[in-house]
Amino acid sequence: MEEKKRELLEIKGLTVQYHTSDGIVHAVEELSFDVEEGKTLGLVGETGAGKTTAVKAVMRILPDPPAKILSGEIFFEGEDLLKKSEKEMRRIRGKQISMIFQDPMTSLNPVMTVSEQIAEVLRLHGKITRQQAYEKALDMLELVGIKRERGKDYPHQFSGGMKQRVVIAIALACSPKLLIADEPTTALDVTIQAQVLELMKELKAKYKTSMVMITHDLGIVAETCDSVAILYAGQVVEYGTREQIFKNYQHPYTKGLFACIPDLFSDSNELTPIRGLMPDPTRLPEGCRFHPRCPIACERCGKEKPGPVETEPGHWVRCLAAAKDWEGGNACG
Amino acid sequence: MAEALLSVRHAKKYFQTKNGLLHAVDDVSLDIQKGTTLGLVGESGCGKSTFGRVVLRLLEATGGEILFDGVDIRKLNKKELRKMRNRLQIVFQDPYASLDGRKSVFESIAEPLIVQKVFADRLALEDRVYELMETVGLAERLANAYPHELDGGRRQRVGIARALALNPEFLVLDEPVSALDVSIQAQILNLLQELQRKMGLTYLFISHDLSVVKHISDRIAVMYLGKIVELADYREIFKRPFHPYTQALLSAVPLPDIETEKNRILLEGDVPSPIDPKPGCRFAGRCRFCTEACRSEEPVFREISKGHFCRCLLDCR
Repeated sequence: MEEKKRELLEIKGLTVQYHTSDGIVHAVEELSFDVEEGKTLGLVGETGAGKTTAVKAVMRILPDPPAKILSGEIFFEGEDLLKKSEKEMRRIRGKQISMIFQDPMTSLNPVMTVSEQIAEVLRLHGKITRQQAYEKALDMLELVGIKRERGKDYPHQFSGGMKQRVVIAIALACSPKLLIADEPTTALDVTIQAQVLELMKELKAKYKTSMVMITHDLGIVAETCDSVAILYAGQVVEYGTREQIFKNYQHPYTKGLFACIPDLFSDSNELTPIRGLMPDPTRLPEGCRFHPRCPIACERCGKEKPGPVETEPGHWVRCLAAAKDWEGGNACG
Repeated sequence: MAEALLSVRHAKKYFQTKNGLLHAVDDVSLDIQKGTTLGLVGESGCGKSTFGRVVLRLLEATGGEILFDGVDIRKLNKKELRKMRNRLQIVFQDPYASLDGRKSVFESIAEPLIVQKVFADRLALEDRVYELMETVGLAERLANAYPHELDGGRRQRVGIARALALNPEFLVLDEPVSALDVSIQAQILNLLQELQRKMGLTYLFISHDLSVVKHISDRIAVMYLGKIVELADYREIFKRPFHPYTQALLSAVPLPDIETEKNRILLEGDVPSPIDPKPGCRFAGRCRFCTEACRSEEPVFREISKGHFCRCLLDCR
């Protein structure tokens, strides 16, 4: 089964820093993950974990300055995106890899009709006449569940959920191989969120698009993702398949995340928050970045940087307690 | 059963717009018992925040009665209302927008105490502010910090301390944790529960997030287009949701669990406009069970089992 896998996107040892007047922000460090063809990877973490920085590096849209990619490789279909020229990248963005942003209210152009905005991508990436592009744009609208007649409307005439559908139509117009969705439903109401997630699942199955789903909501991960990477302070702290993460999570941070979600259908009303706050990214703690908030941390954790440990095939945990030579408390207990 | 601290009868709030009359809150009646929490859930635009403001008379209601401890708040004159404000306070959703950027943490928390002239001397005021900061878990060293120096969780703690300054009995919490990360959200929720236990506070907790509401509430009201469609004990509403809208709302929440099969009820379309609503049930256009009668007849709010109210013509269980 291992040989059959085909990785569409492979990120290896990516390190990104922001050089600001307040010091160096360690946004992403030694980040590695893969996205298999046709599969969805969930990137989970709280504000400032480095989720958006990581995917912006893939799209090569990090603002430089202040962002600096210090090391790492990003292979897309076997080619390193970090070695591409800006001209080559422009052909990839929108055509091979496209991105959906969090806020549909601000990612659409308010003075262009929605069909024009979809047609724009099509005309940019293919030899296609204005009329053909317009027709295709209306097809795309229909595909995401908006009536063709509404193509001539402007973004402000649509509700939030409808706008996000338009954004999805733009992102999928050129049938990209990889779709990066950055919190695509966070700004939407739950019933509308359910509609949009359902639509994304359908379209993904239809076009066999691979996806990176950025979210802070483990519920969305459970529903849409095949594999999961949990980020904390710029590092992947746990990485594995959906089953491994949901049934056998091992990192104390992952455990903490699960404990602070109120459960809808149980009678218990106890929430166990993770103590303390996210560390300041310009002054990260020594050793393990999670140790000041970790319930099982010991002296070693404040000194040694944990490396990723493979605890079962394909399941990586960045924690000293997961390693064999650990003698302290039990991480999984 | 304990007495109701807040008792709202037929509250209405209409806004005149150029396209017609917007029914933001339409005939809402509910009671909140002393020392308990009522969770008010609904999607954007359903009128939940407007209702919270009407209760505090931050917005003047179009009709109805708002009885707080037996007194109709709508009938108070300016002076009486100002006195009443000591007893009713609000915490807003966005801790980034609800604090004055040019006031330090100390000044923000002290402001209600100064406005209401609670303390004659400065020392007593300082003591009270530091006491409040301790109550909500803010370190004393942050007294001179400005909001931009604080993270979302701490800002919300300032908002809570400010609301508690005058020893209120009743708090409207308008989406107090929506802007926060999950780990911080849990800290603030636990703080709110602890404060309620210690001070015997009564909460109206407004949120769009069902899991959060369930966690903190004793009773839950579900609102749709200006009307309460269902009201029940928090356990009851999750176990036996009666109204088709509540059922759809519950099924739409993504659960962090990969084992249970989900029977998702997908609602068609968007929430319709609250401007000049059509007769009949407000939910009729999106309801799976909609009948002829639903489009013409206004459903009444009836008790279907003890303490469980529902506004639906049918028996859709």
